[in-house]
Amino acid sequence: MAETLLAATAVAKHFGGVKALRDVSLTIRSGEVYGLIGPNGAGKTTFFNCLTGLYVPDGGGFEFAGAPLVADAPQQAAARGIARTFQNIRLFGNMTALENVMVGRHVRTRAGVIGAMLQTAATRAEEAAIRQKAIDLLHYVRIEDRADDLARNLSYGDQRRLEIARALATEPKLLCLDEPAAGMNATETEALRDLIDGIRRDGTTVLLIEHDVKLVMGLCDRVAVLDYGALVIEDVPAVVQKDPRVIEAYLGA
Amino acid sequence: MDIFLQQIINGVVQGSIYALVALGYTMVYGIMGLINFAHGEVVMIGTLVTITVAGLLAAAGLPPILAGLGGLIAAVLCCMALGWGLERVAYRPLRNAPRLTPLITAIGMSIVLQNVAMIAWGRNYLTFPAFLPKANFEVAGAHFTAIQLFIVIVAAATMAGLMLLIYRTKLGMAMRATAQNPAVASLMGVNIDRVIAAAFVIGSALGAVAGVMVGTYYEIAHYQMGFMLGLKAFTAAVLGGIGNLAGAMAGGVLLGIIEALGAGYIGSLTGDFLGSHYQDIFAFVVLIVVLMFKPSGLFGEKTGDRA
Repeated sequence: MAETLLAATAVAKHFGGVKALRDVSLTIRSGEVYGLIGPNGAGKTTFFNCLTGLYVPDGGGFEFAGAPLVADAPQQAAARGIARTFQNIRLFGNMTALENVMVGRHVRTRAGVIGAMLQTAATRAEEAAIRQKAIDLLHYVRIEDRADDLARNLSYGDQRRLEIARALATEPKLLCLDEPAAGMNATETEALRDLIDGIRRDGTTVLLIEHDVKLVMGLCDRVAVLDYGALVIEDVPAVVQKDPRVIEAYLGA
Repeated sequence: MDIFLQQIINGVVQGSIYALVALGYTMVYGIMGLINFAHGEVVMIGTLVTITVAGLLAAAGLPPILAGLGGLIAAVLCCMALGWGLERVAYRPLRNAPRLTPLITAIGMSIVLQNVAMIAWGRNYLTFPAFLPKANFEVAGAHFTAIQLFIVIVAAATMAGLMLLIYRTKLGMAMRATAQNPAVASLMGVNIDRVIAAAFVIGSALGAVAGVMVGTYYEIAHYQMGFMLGLKAFTAAVLGGIGNLAGAMAGGVLLGIIEALGAGYIGSLTGDFLGSHYQDIFAFVVLIVVLMFKPSGLFGEKTGDRA
Protein backbone atom coordinates (compact mmCIF):
# COMPACT_ATOMS: atom_id res chain seq x y z
CA MET A 1 0.00 0.00 0.00
CA ALA A 2 1.18 3.50 -0.85
CA GLU A 3 2.24 5.76 2.00
CA THR A 4 -0.09 8.36 3.49
CA LEU A 5 0.43 11.89 2.15
CA LEU A 6 -2.32 13.72 3.99
CA ALA A 7 -4.20 12.66 7.09
CA ALA A 8 -7.10 14.81 8.29
CA THR A 9 -8.09 14.07 11.88
CA ALA A 10 -11.51 15.14 13.19
CA VAL A 11 -11.43 18.48 11.33
CA ALA A 12 -14.29 20.70 12.48
CA LYS A 13 -15.36 24.18 11.37
CA HIS A 14 -18.35 26.22 12.52
CA PHE A 15 -19.75 29.45 11.13
CA GLY A 16 -21.91 30.79 13.92
CA GLY A 17 -24.40 28.00 14.54
CA VAL A 18 -23.74 26.28 11.22
CA LYS A 19 -21.52 23.24 11.50
CA ALA A 20 -19.83 23.30 8.12
CA LEU A 21 -17.48 20.42 8.98
CA ARG A 22 -18.19 17.84 11.68
CA ASP A 23 -15.09 15.91 12.71
CA VAL A 24 -14.02 14.92 9.22
CA SER A 25 -11.21 12.37 9.16
CA LEU A 26 -9.79 11.06 5.91
CA THR A 27 -6.54 9.82 4.45
CA ILE A 28 -5.03 10.61 1.07
CA ARG A 29 -2.25 8.33 -0.21
CA SER A 30 0.71 9.39 -2.30
CA GLY A 31 0.14 9.11 -6.04
CA GLU A 32 -3.63 8.74 -6.10
CA VAL A 33 -6.43 10.88 -7.42
CA TYR A 34 -8.74 11.30 -4.45
CA GLY A 35 -12.28 12.49 -5.09
CA LEU A 36 -14.27 14.54 -2.60
CA ILE A 37 -17.93 14.72 -3.51
CA GLY A 38 -21.19 15.69 -1.87
CA PRO A 39 -24.29 17.79 -2.45
CA ASN A 40 -24.06 21.60 -2.49
CA GLY A 41 -23.24 22.98 0.94
CA ALA A 42 -21.84 19.66 2.16
CA GLY A 43 -18.60 21.35 3.25
CA LYS A 44 -16.24 20.39 0.42
CA THR A 45 -14.88 23.87 -0.22
CA THR A 46 -14.72 24.59 3.52
CA PHE A 47 -12.52 21.50 3.83
CA PHE A 48 -10.26 22.89 1.07
CA ASN A 49 -10.04 26.26 2.75
CA CYS A 50 -9.03 24.69 6.06
CA LEU A 51 -6.44 22.54 4.31
CA THR A 52 -4.86 25.44 2.41
CA GLY A 53 -4.75 27.72 5.44
CA LEU A 54 -7.45 30.19 4.39
CA TYR A 55 -9.59 29.11 7.37
CA VAL A 56 -8.49 28.04 10.82
CA PRO A 57 -10.29 24.82 11.81
CA ASP A 58 -12.20 24.93 15.11
CA GLY A 59 -11.12 21.41 15.91
CA GLY A 60 -8.83 18.66 14.65
CA GLY A 61 -5.98 19.17 12.24
CA PHE A 62 -3.95 17.94 9.31
CA GLU A 63 -0.77 15.94 9.05
CA PHE A 64 0.95 16.40 5.72
CA ALA A 65 3.98 14.40 4.53
CA GLY A 66 4.74 13.32 8.07
CA ALA A 67 4.43 16.65 9.90
CA PRO A 68 1.47 18.70 11.18
CA LEU A 69 0.23 21.66 9.12
CA VAL A 70 0.10 25.01 10.87
CA ALA A 71 -3.35 26.55 10.59
CA ASP A 72 -3.88 30.04 9.12
CA ALA A 73 -0.71 30.17 7.03
CA PRO A 74 -1.51 29.97 3.31
CA GLN A 75 2.07 30.74 2.41
CA GLN A 76 3.32 27.89 4.54
CA ALA A 77 0.83 25.46 3.03
CA ALA A 78 2.23 26.43 -0.36
CA ALA A 79 5.80 25.99 0.82
CA ARG A 80 4.99 22.54 2.22
CA GLY A 81 3.60 21.47 -1.13
CA ILE A 82 -0.14 22.07 -1.20
CA ALA A 83 -1.52 23.99 -4.17
CA ARG A 84 -5.08 24.67 -5.19
CA THR A 85 -7.40 26.06 -7.81
CA PHE A 86 -10.69 27.78 -7.09
CA GLN A 87 -14.31 26.93 -7.77
CA ASN A 88 -14.82 30.49 -8.98
CA ILE A 89 -11.71 31.18 -11.02
CA ARG A 90 -9.32 33.54 -9.25
CA LEU A 91 -6.62 34.42 -11.70
CA PHE A 92 -4.70 37.69 -11.71
CA GLY A 93 -6.90 39.01 -14.53
CA ASN A 94 -4.77 41.99 -15.49
CA MET A 95 -1.58 39.98 -15.81
CA THR A 96 -0.66 37.79 -18.77
CA ALA A 97 -1.12 34.03 -18.68
CA LEU A 98 2.66 33.62 -18.48
CA GLU A 99 2.95 36.08 -15.59
CA ASN A 100 0.22 34.26 -13.67
CA VAL A 101 2.25 31.07 -13.81
CA MET A 102 5.45 32.94 -12.97
CA VAL A 103 3.85 34.22 -9.74
CA GLY A 104 3.31 30.57 -8.82
CA ARG A 105 7.09 30.03 -8.90
CA HIS A 106 7.50 32.42 -5.97
CA VAL A 107 7.37 29.81 -3.31
CA ARG A 108 10.25 27.84 -4.88
CA THR A 109 12.62 30.75 -5.51
CA ARG A 110 14.86 32.85 -3.33
CA ALA A 111 15.84 36.27 -4.65
CA GLY A 112 14.42 39.09 -2.54
CA VAL A 113 13.80 42.81 -2.57
CA ILE A 114 17.44 43.88 -2.58
CA GLY A 115 18.30 41.56 -5.45
CA ALA A 116 15.37 42.88 -7.46
CA MET A 117 16.45 46.49 -6.99
CA LEU A 118 20.10 45.88 -7.74
CA GLN A 119 19.42 43.34 -10.53
CA THR A 120 22.26 41.06 -9.52
CA ALA A 121 23.40 38.30 -11.87
CA ALA A 122 21.84 35.69 -9.58
CA THR A 123 18.49 37.48 -9.65
CA ARG A 124 18.51 37.76 -13.41
CA ALA A 125 19.43 34.10 -13.83
CA GLU A 126 16.66 33.09 -11.47
CA GLU A 127 14.11 35.22 -13.30
CA ALA A 128 15.12 33.62 -16.59
CA ALA A 129 14.66 30.17 -15.02
CA ILE A 130 11.24 31.17 -13.69
CA ARG A 131 10.18 32.30 -17.15
CA GLN A 132 11.36 29.07 -18.78
CA LYS A 133 9.59 26.90 -16.21
CA ALA A 134 6.40 28.91 -16.68
CA ILE A 135 6.57 28.46 -20.46
CA ASP A 136 7.04 24.71 -19.95
CA LEU A 137 3.96 24.59 -17.74
CA LEU A 138 1.85 26.46 -20.29
CA HIS A 139 2.91 23.80 -22.80
CA TYR A 140 2.00 21.10 -20.29
CA VAL A 141 -1.59 22.36 -20.02
CA ARG A 142 -1.57 23.16 -23.77
CA ILE A 143 -2.25 26.90 -23.68
CA GLU A 144 1.25 28.01 -24.71
CA ASP A 145 -0.15 30.03 -27.61
CA ARG A 146 -2.04 32.26 -25.15
CA ALA A 147 1.07 33.06 -23.06
CA ASP A 148 1.07 36.81 -23.70
CA ASP A 149 -2.68 37.36 -23.46
CA LEU A 150 -4.18 38.88 -20.33
CA ALA A 151 -5.66 36.14 -18.18
CA ARG A 152 -9.10 37.77 -18.21
CA ASN A 153 -9.23 37.51 -22.02
CA LEU A 154 -8.75 33.72 -22.06
CA SER A 155 -11.69 31.43 -22.73
CA TYR A 156 -13.31 29.82 -19.72
CA GLY A 157 -11.75 26.41 -20.31
CA ASP A 158 -8.32 27.97 -20.85
CA GLN A 159 -8.67 29.96 -17.63
CA ARG A 160 -9.29 26.69 -15.77
CA ARG A 161 -6.17 25.22 -17.38
CA LEU A 162 -4.19 28.33 -16.51
CA GLU A 163 -5.21 28.00 -12.87
CA ILE A 164 -3.94 24.42 -12.90
CA ALA A 165 -0.65 25.53 -14.49
CA ARG A 166 -0.27 28.24 -11.87
CA ALA A 167 -0.89 25.74 -9.09
CA LEU A 168 1.59 23.27 -10.63
CA ALA A 169 4.20 26.03 -10.72
CA THR A 170 4.47 25.78 -6.94
CA GLU A 171 5.66 22.15 -7.45
CA PRO A 172 2.99 20.72 -5.15
CA LYS A 173 3.00 17.26 -3.64
CA LEU A 174 -0.76 17.60 -3.39
CA LEU A 175 -2.76 19.44 -6.06
CA CYS A 176 -6.27 20.39 -4.90
CA LEU A 177 -8.75 21.08 -7.68
CA ASP A 178 -12.03 22.73 -6.66
CA GLU A 179 -14.66 21.78 -9.26
CA PRO A 180 -12.36 22.07 -12.26
CA ALA A 181 -15.02 20.77 -14.67
CA ALA A 182 -17.71 23.24 -13.58
CA GLY A 183 -19.18 24.91 -16.63
CA MET A 184 -17.20 22.81 -19.10
CA ASN A 185 -18.76 21.05 -22.07
CA ALA A 186 -18.24 17.32 -22.73
CA THR A 187 -15.18 17.80 -24.93
CA GLU A 188 -13.49 20.13 -22.46
CA THR A 189 -14.27 17.74 -19.60
CA GLU A 190 -12.71 14.87 -21.53
CA ALA A 191 -9.56 16.94 -22.12
CA LEU A 192 -9.48 17.87 -18.43
CA ARG A 193 -9.73 14.20 -17.52
CA ASP A 194 -6.66 13.45 -19.65
CA LEU A 195 -4.81 16.35 -18.05
CA ILE A 196 -5.52 15.16 -14.50
CA ASP A 197 -4.65 11.60 -15.50
CA GLY A 198 -1.32 12.90 -16.83
CA ILE A 199 -0.64 14.85 -13.64
CA ARG A 200 -1.14 11.67 -11.61
CA ARG A 201 1.15 9.74 -13.98
CA ASP A 202 3.81 12.41 -13.50
CA GLY A 203 3.72 11.74 -9.77
CA THR A 204 1.57 14.49 -8.24
CA THR A 205 -1.21 13.45 -5.87
CA VAL A 206 -4.54 15.06 -6.74
CA LEU A 207 -7.45 15.94 -4.46
CA LEU A 208 -10.49 16.55 -6.64
CA ILE A 209 -13.74 18.21 -5.60
CA GLU A 210 -16.24 17.66 -8.34
CA HIS A 211 -19.94 17.62 -9.08
CA ASP A 212 -19.57 15.60 -12.27
CA VAL A 213 -20.05 12.14 -10.77
CA LYS A 214 -19.13 10.41 -14.01
CA LEU A 215 -15.78 12.21 -14.09
CA VAL A 216 -15.07 11.41 -10.45
CA MET A 217 -16.00 7.75 -10.65
CA GLY A 218 -14.05 7.22 -13.86
CA LEU A 219 -10.92 9.02 -12.75
CA CYS A 220 -10.48 8.69 -9.00
CA ASP A 221 -8.67 5.89 -7.19
CA ARG A 222 -10.69 6.52 -4.06
CA VAL A 223 -13.66 8.71 -3.22
CA ALA A 224 -14.97 10.33 -0.05
CA VAL A 225 -18.53 11.59 0.30
CA LEU A 226 -19.47 14.51 2.54
CA ASP A 227 -23.03 15.33 3.57
CA TYR A 228 -24.04 18.09 5.99
CA GLY A 229 -20.38 18.51 6.92
CA ALA A 230 -19.86 14.88 7.94
CA LEU A 231 -17.99 12.10 6.20
CA VAL A 232 -20.41 9.47 4.88
CA ILE A 233 -17.99 7.00 3.33
CA GLU A 234 -14.42 6.78 2.02
CA ASP A 235 -13.69 3.95 -0.40
CA VAL A 236 -12.99 2.93 -4.00
CA PRO A 237 -15.54 4.28 -6.54
CA ALA A 238 -17.21 0.91 -7.15
CA VAL A 239 -18.12 0.57 -3.46
CA VAL A 240 -19.09 4.24 -2.99
CA GLN A 241 -21.44 4.14 -5.98
CA LYS A 242 -23.46 1.29 -4.50
CA ASP A 243 -23.65 2.61 -0.94
CA PRO A 244 -27.26 3.35 0.04
CA ARG A 245 -26.24 6.32 2.23
CA VAL A 246 -24.59 8.01 -0.76
CA ILE A 247 -27.65 7.47 -2.91
CA GLU A 248 -29.76 8.92 -0.10
CA ALA A 249 -27.48 11.96 0.29
CA TYR A 250 -27.70 12.75 -3.40
CA LEU A 251 -31.34 11.92 -4.06
CA GLY A 252 -32.83 12.85 -0.67
CA ALA A 253 -34.52 10.50 1.74
CA MET B 1 3.10 82.94 -26.55
CA ASP B 2 6.47 83.03 -24.78
CA ILE B 3 4.81 83.00 -21.42
CA PHE B 4 2.73 79.99 -22.45
CA LEU B 5 5.80 77.92 -23.42
CA GLN B 6 7.65 79.19 -20.38
CA GLN B 7 4.87 78.10 -18.05
CA ILE B 8 4.64 74.72 -19.75
CA ILE B 9 8.35 74.18 -19.03
CA ASN B 10 7.94 75.29 -15.42
CA GLY B 11 4.91 73.07 -15.10
CA VAL B 12 6.65 69.98 -16.41
CA VAL B 13 9.50 70.50 -13.95
CA GLN B 14 7.21 71.00 -10.98
CA GLY B 15 5.00 68.18 -12.26
CA SER B 16 7.92 65.72 -12.42
CA ILE B 17 8.42 66.28 -8.71
CA TYR B 18 4.70 65.80 -8.00
CA ALA B 19 4.75 62.63 -10.08
CA LEU B 20 7.62 61.08 -8.09
CA VAL B 21 5.86 61.81 -4.81
CA ALA B 22 2.48 60.71 -6.18
CA LEU B 23 3.96 57.32 -7.05
CA GLY B 24 4.66 56.73 -3.37
CA TYR B 25 1.01 57.36 -2.51
CA THR B 26 -0.34 55.30 -5.34
CA MET B 27 1.88 52.24 -4.81
CA VAL B 28 0.89 51.90 -1.18
CA TYR B 29 -2.76 52.54 -2.00
CA GLY B 30 -2.73 50.03 -4.85
CA ILE B 31 -1.42 47.24 -2.67
CA MET B 32 -3.15 47.80 0.64
CA GLY B 33 -5.80 50.48 0.10
CA LEU B 34 -4.15 52.86 2.56
CA ILE B 35 -3.50 56.57 1.98
CA ASN B 36 -0.16 57.11 3.67
CA PHE B 37 -0.53 60.75 4.66
CA ALA B 38 2.92 60.67 6.24
CA HIS B 39 4.50 60.32 2.79
CA GLY B 40 4.96 64.10 2.37
CA GLU B 41 6.94 64.10 5.61
CA VAL B 42 9.17 61.32 4.28
CA VAL B 43 10.00 63.64 1.37
CA MET B 44 10.72 66.48 3.80
CA ILE B 45 13.08 64.26 5.82
CA GLY B 46 14.84 63.39 2.56
CA THR B 47 15.45 67.07 1.81
CA LEU B 48 16.71 67.85 5.32
CA VAL B 49 19.00 64.80 5.46
CA THR B 50 20.51 65.91 2.15
CA ILE B 51 21.25 69.37 3.54
CA THR B 52 23.01 67.90 6.58
CA VAL B 53 24.99 65.19 4.80
CA ALA B 54 25.90 67.31 1.79
CA GLY B 55 26.95 70.10 4.16
CA LEU B 56 29.25 67.75 6.05
CA LEU B 57 30.73 66.36 2.84
CA ALA B 58 31.28 69.85 1.43
CA ALA B 59 32.93 70.91 4.68
CA ALA B 60 35.22 67.88 4.34
CA GLY B 61 36.40 69.35 1.06
CA LEU B 62 34.42 67.43 -1.56
CA PRO B 63 33.41 69.28 -4.73
CA PRO B 64 29.73 70.40 -4.67
CA ILE B 65 28.51 67.86 -7.19
CA LEU B 66 29.96 64.91 -5.24
CA ALA B 67 28.72 66.32 -1.95
CA GLY B 68 25.26 66.59 -3.51
CA LEU B 69 25.44 63.05 -4.78
CA GLY B 70 26.48 61.84 -1.34
CA GLY B 71 23.55 63.75 0.16
CA LEU B 72 21.16 62.17 -2.34
CA ILE B 73 22.36 58.64 -1.54
CA ALA B 74 22.12 59.29 2.19
CA ALA B 75 18.60 60.70 1.76
CA VAL B 76 17.46 57.68 -0.27
CA LEU B 77 18.85 55.24 2.31
CA CYS B 78 17.38 57.18 5.25
CA CYS B 79 13.97 57.44 3.65
CA MET B 80 13.94 53.74 2.70
CA ALA B 81 14.64 52.90 6.34
CA LEU B 82 12.01 55.41 7.43
CA GLY B 83 9.39 53.96 5.06
CA TRP B 84 10.17 50.45 6.26
CA GLY B 85 9.98 51.56 9.88
CA LEU B 86 6.67 53.40 9.37
CA GLU B 87 5.06 50.32 7.89
CA ARG B 88 6.48 48.09 10.59
CA VAL B 89 5.64 50.27 13.57
CA ALA B 90 2.53 52.19 12.53
CA TYR B 91 0.65 50.25 9.87
CA ARG B 92 1.42 46.53 10.17
CA PRO B 93 -0.21 46.18 13.61
CA LEU B 94 -3.35 47.72 12.07
CA ARG B 95 -3.45 45.50 8.98
CA ASN B 96 -6.82 44.00 9.93
CA ALA B 97 -8.24 47.08 11.65
CA PRO B 98 -11.10 49.12 10.13
CA ARG B 99 -9.92 51.34 7.27
CA LEU B 100 -10.29 54.56 9.23
CA THR B 101 -7.80 53.45 11.91
CA PRO B 102 -4.65 53.36 9.75
CA LEU B 103 -5.76 56.59 8.08
CA ILE B 104 -5.85 58.41 11.42
CA THR B 105 -2.53 56.78 12.28
CA ALA B 106 -1.08 58.12 9.04
CA ILE B 107 -2.08 61.66 9.99
CA GLY B 108 -0.60 61.04 13.44
CA MET B 109 2.69 59.83 11.96
CA SER B 110 2.78 62.90 9.77
CA ILE B 111 2.55 65.16 12.85
CA VAL B 112 5.15 63.09 14.71
CA LEU B 113 7.62 63.30 11.82
CA GLN B 114 7.12 67.07 11.47
CA ASN B 115 7.86 67.55 15.14
CA VAL B 116 10.87 65.25 15.11
CA ALA B 117 12.21 67.23 12.16
CA MET B 118 11.52 70.50 13.96
CA ILE B 119 13.49 69.30 16.98
CA ALA B 120 16.35 67.95 14.88
CA TRP B 121 16.68 70.74 12.31
CA GLY B 122 15.03 73.69 14.05
CA ARG B 123 12.11 75.95 13.09
CA ASN B 124 13.94 78.15 10.66
CA TYR B 125 14.13 77.95 6.92
CA LEU B 126 17.31 76.19 5.86
CA THR B 127 19.29 76.98 2.76
CA PHE B 128 19.71 74.11 0.39
CA PRO B 129 23.27 74.14 -0.98
CA ALA B 130 23.69 74.65 -4.73
CA PHE B 131 25.21 71.58 -6.37
CA LEU B 132 24.65 72.33 -10.00
CA PRO B 133 26.05 75.08 -12.24
CA LYS B 134 23.63 77.93 -12.85
CA ALA B 135 23.62 77.51 -16.60
CA ASN B 136 20.76 78.92 -18.66
CA PHE B 137 19.36 77.67 -21.93
CA GLU B 138 16.93 79.28 -24.32
CA VAL B 139 14.54 77.60 -26.73
CA ALA B 140 12.02 79.59 -28.79
CA GLY B 141 12.03 82.46 -26.37
CA ALA B 142 11.53 80.31 -23.28
CA HIS B 143 14.27 79.87 -20.69
CA PHE B 144 15.21 76.87 -18.65
CA THR B 145 18.07 76.14 -16.30
CA ALA B 146 20.43 73.20 -15.87
CA ILE B 147 18.62 72.45 -12.62
CA GLN B 148 15.28 72.16 -14.39
CA LEU B 149 16.81 69.90 -17.01
CA PHE B 150 18.38 67.78 -14.27
CA ILE B 151 15.03 67.42 -12.48
CA VAL B 152 13.15 66.27 -15.57
CA ILE B 153 15.87 63.83 -16.67
CA VAL B 154 16.33 62.27 -13.24
CA ALA B 155 12.56 62.01 -12.73
CA ALA B 156 12.10 60.35 -16.10
CA ALA B 157 14.97 57.90 -15.46
CA THR B 158 13.67 57.07 -11.98
CA MET B 159 10.16 56.42 -13.27
CA ALA B 160 11.47 54.28 -16.13
CA GLY B 161 13.42 52.26 -13.55
CA LEU B 162 10.28 51.83 -11.47
CA MET B 163 8.29 50.61 -14.48
CA LEU B 164 11.02 48.06 -15.25
CA LEU B 165 10.94 46.91 -11.64
CA ILE B 166 7.15 46.55 -11.61
CA TYR B 167 6.71 44.98 -15.06
CA ARG B 168 9.93 43.02 -15.54
CA THR B 169 10.95 41.56 -12.20
CA LYS B 170 9.69 38.89 -9.89
CA LEU B 171 9.17 41.42 -7.10
CA GLY B 172 7.11 43.63 -9.41
CA MET B 173 5.04 40.65 -10.43
CA ALA B 174 4.43 39.78 -6.78
CA MET B 175 3.36 43.37 -6.16
CA ARG B 176 0.90 43.36 -9.05
CA ALA B 177 -0.46 39.96 -8.00
CA THR B 178 -0.90 41.14 -4.41
CA ALA B 179 -2.69 44.30 -5.59
CA GLN B 180 -5.18 42.15 -7.51
CA ASN B 181 -5.79 39.46 -4.92
CA PRO B 182 -3.71 39.21 -1.75
CA ALA B 183 -5.27 35.92 -0.60
CA VAL B 184 -4.51 34.07 -3.84
CA ALA B 185 -1.06 35.64 -4.09
CA SER B 186 -0.21 34.30 -0.65
CA LEU B 187 -1.39 30.83 -1.71
CA MET B 188 1.20 31.04 -4.50
CA GLY B 189 3.85 31.62 -1.87
CA VAL B 190 4.04 35.40 -2.22
CA ASN B 191 5.08 36.89 1.12
CA ILE B 192 2.48 39.63 1.54
CA ASP B 193 4.32 41.28 4.43
CA ARG B 194 7.41 41.60 2.31
CA VAL B 195 5.52 42.96 -0.70
CA ILE B 196 3.87 45.64 1.42
CA ALA B 197 7.19 46.56 3.02
CA ALA B 198 8.72 46.78 -0.46
CA ALA B 199 5.97 49.17 -1.60
CA PHE B 200 6.77 51.46 1.33
CA VAL B 201 10.54 51.21 0.83
CA ILE B 202 10.43 51.86 -2.91
CA GLY B 203 7.87 54.67 -2.55
CA SER B 204 10.04 56.31 0.11
CA ALA B 205 13.14 56.05 -2.08
CA LEU B 206 11.27 57.88 -4.85
CA GLY B 207 10.14 60.41 -2.26
CA ALA B 208 13.75 61.02 -1.21
CA VAL B 209 14.76 61.68 -4.81
CA ALA B 210 11.84 64.12 -5.09
CA GLY B 211 12.92 65.77 -1.84
CA VAL B 212 16.38 66.45 -3.24
CA MET B 213 14.80 67.91 -6.36
CA VAL B 214 12.59 70.24 -4.36
CA GLY B 215 15.61 71.42 -2.39
CA THR B 216 17.69 71.92 -5.51
CA TYR B 217 14.88 73.79 -7.25
CA TYR B 218 13.78 76.17 -4.50
CA GLU B 219 17.11 76.22 -2.61
CA ILE B 220 15.21 76.29 0.64
CA ALA B 221 13.81 73.72 3.06
CA HIS B 222 11.66 73.69 6.17
CA TYR B 223 10.18 71.09 8.49
CA GLN B 224 6.65 71.88 7.27
CA MET B 225 7.44 71.72 3.55
CA GLY B 226 6.17 68.13 3.27
CA PHE B 227 2.58 69.02 4.09
CA MET B 228 1.60 71.05 1.04
CA LEU B 229 3.83 68.99 -1.25
CA GLY B 230 2.19 65.82 0.04
CA LEU B 231 -1.31 67.21 -0.51
CA LYS B 232 -0.46 68.28 -4.05
CA ALA B 233 1.06 64.91 -4.87
CA PHE B 234 -1.96 63.16 -3.37
CA THR B 235 -4.14 65.34 -5.62
CA ALA B 236 -1.99 64.29 -8.58
CA ALA B 237 -2.44 60.62 -7.66
CA VAL B 238 -6.23 61.05 -7.42
CA LEU B 239 -6.24 62.99 -10.69
CA GLY B 240 -4.51 60.12 -12.48
CA GLY B 241 -6.58 57.44 -10.74
CA ILE B 242 -5.19 56.37 -7.39
CA GLY B 243 -3.60 52.94 -7.43
CA ASN B 244 -2.55 53.35 -11.07
CA LEU B 245 1.19 53.91 -11.64
CA ALA B 246 0.99 55.48 -15.09
CA GLY B 247 -1.90 57.58 -13.81
CA ALA B 248 0.22 58.98 -10.97
CA MET B 249 2.95 60.00 -13.39
CA ALA B 250 0.55 61.60 -15.86
CA GLY B 251 -1.47 63.16 -13.04
CA GLY B 252 1.68 64.70 -11.53
CA VAL B 253 2.86 66.27 -14.76
CA LEU B 254 -0.66 67.42 -15.63
CA LEU B 255 -1.15 69.01 -12.23
CA GLY B 256 2.21 70.79 -12.54
CA ILE B 257 1.21 72.22 -15.91
CA ILE B 258 -2.26 73.27 -14.71
CA GLU B 259 -0.72 75.04 -11.74
CA ALA B 260 1.95 76.78 -13.80
CA LEU B 261 -0.51 77.97 -16.44
CA GLY B 262 -2.90 79.05 -13.70
CA ALA B 263 -0.17 81.02 -11.95
CA GLY B 264 0.92 82.56 -15.25
CA TYR B 265 -2.49 83.73 -16.33
CA ILE B 266 -4.42 84.32 -13.12
CA GLY B 267 -3.33 87.97 -13.03
CA SER B 268 -4.56 88.87 -16.49
CA LEU B 269 -7.71 86.75 -16.08
CA THR B 270 -8.82 88.53 -12.91
CA GLY B 271 -7.59 91.99 -13.89
CA ASP B 272 -4.70 91.70 -11.40
CA PHE B 273 -7.16 91.13 -8.56
CA LEU B 274 -5.45 87.77 -7.79
CA GLY B 275 -1.70 87.27 -8.14
CA SER B 276 0.42 84.22 -8.90
CA HIS B 277 0.77 83.46 -5.19
CA TYR B 278 -2.76 82.09 -5.46
CA GLN B 279 -1.42 79.22 -7.57
CA ASP B 280 -2.15 76.70 -4.81
CA ILE B 281 -5.88 77.01 -5.36
CA PHE B 282 -5.61 75.34 -8.76
CA ALA B 283 -4.50 72.01 -7.34
CA PHE B 284 -7.49 71.88 -5.05
CA VAL B 285 -9.96 73.10 -7.65
CA VAL B 286 -8.68 70.22 -9.78
CA LEU B 287 -9.12 67.79 -6.88
CA ILE B 288 -12.71 68.93 -6.30
CA VAL B 289 -13.62 68.78 -9.98
CA VAL B 290 -12.11 65.28 -10.38
CA LEU B 291 -13.89 64.01 -7.29
CA MET B 292 -17.18 65.45 -8.56
CA PHE B 293 -17.09 64.23 -12.15
CA LYS B 294 -14.66 61.32 -12.33
CA PRO B 295 -13.88 60.02 -8.84
CA SER B 296 -11.93 57.07 -10.24
CA GLY B 297 -9.49 59.53 -11.84
CA LEU B 298 -8.51 60.08 -15.46
CA PHE B 299 -6.88 56.67 -15.92
CA GLY B 300 -8.49 54.73 -13.11
CA GLU B 301 -10.83 51.82 -13.62
CA LYS B 302 -12.86 50.27 -10.89
CA THR B 303 -10.77 47.12 -11.08
CA GLY B 304 -7.66 48.59 -12.60
CA ASP B 305 -4.16 47.17 -12.76
CA ARG B 306 -3.07 48.34 -9.36
CA ALA B 307 0.46 47.92 -8.17
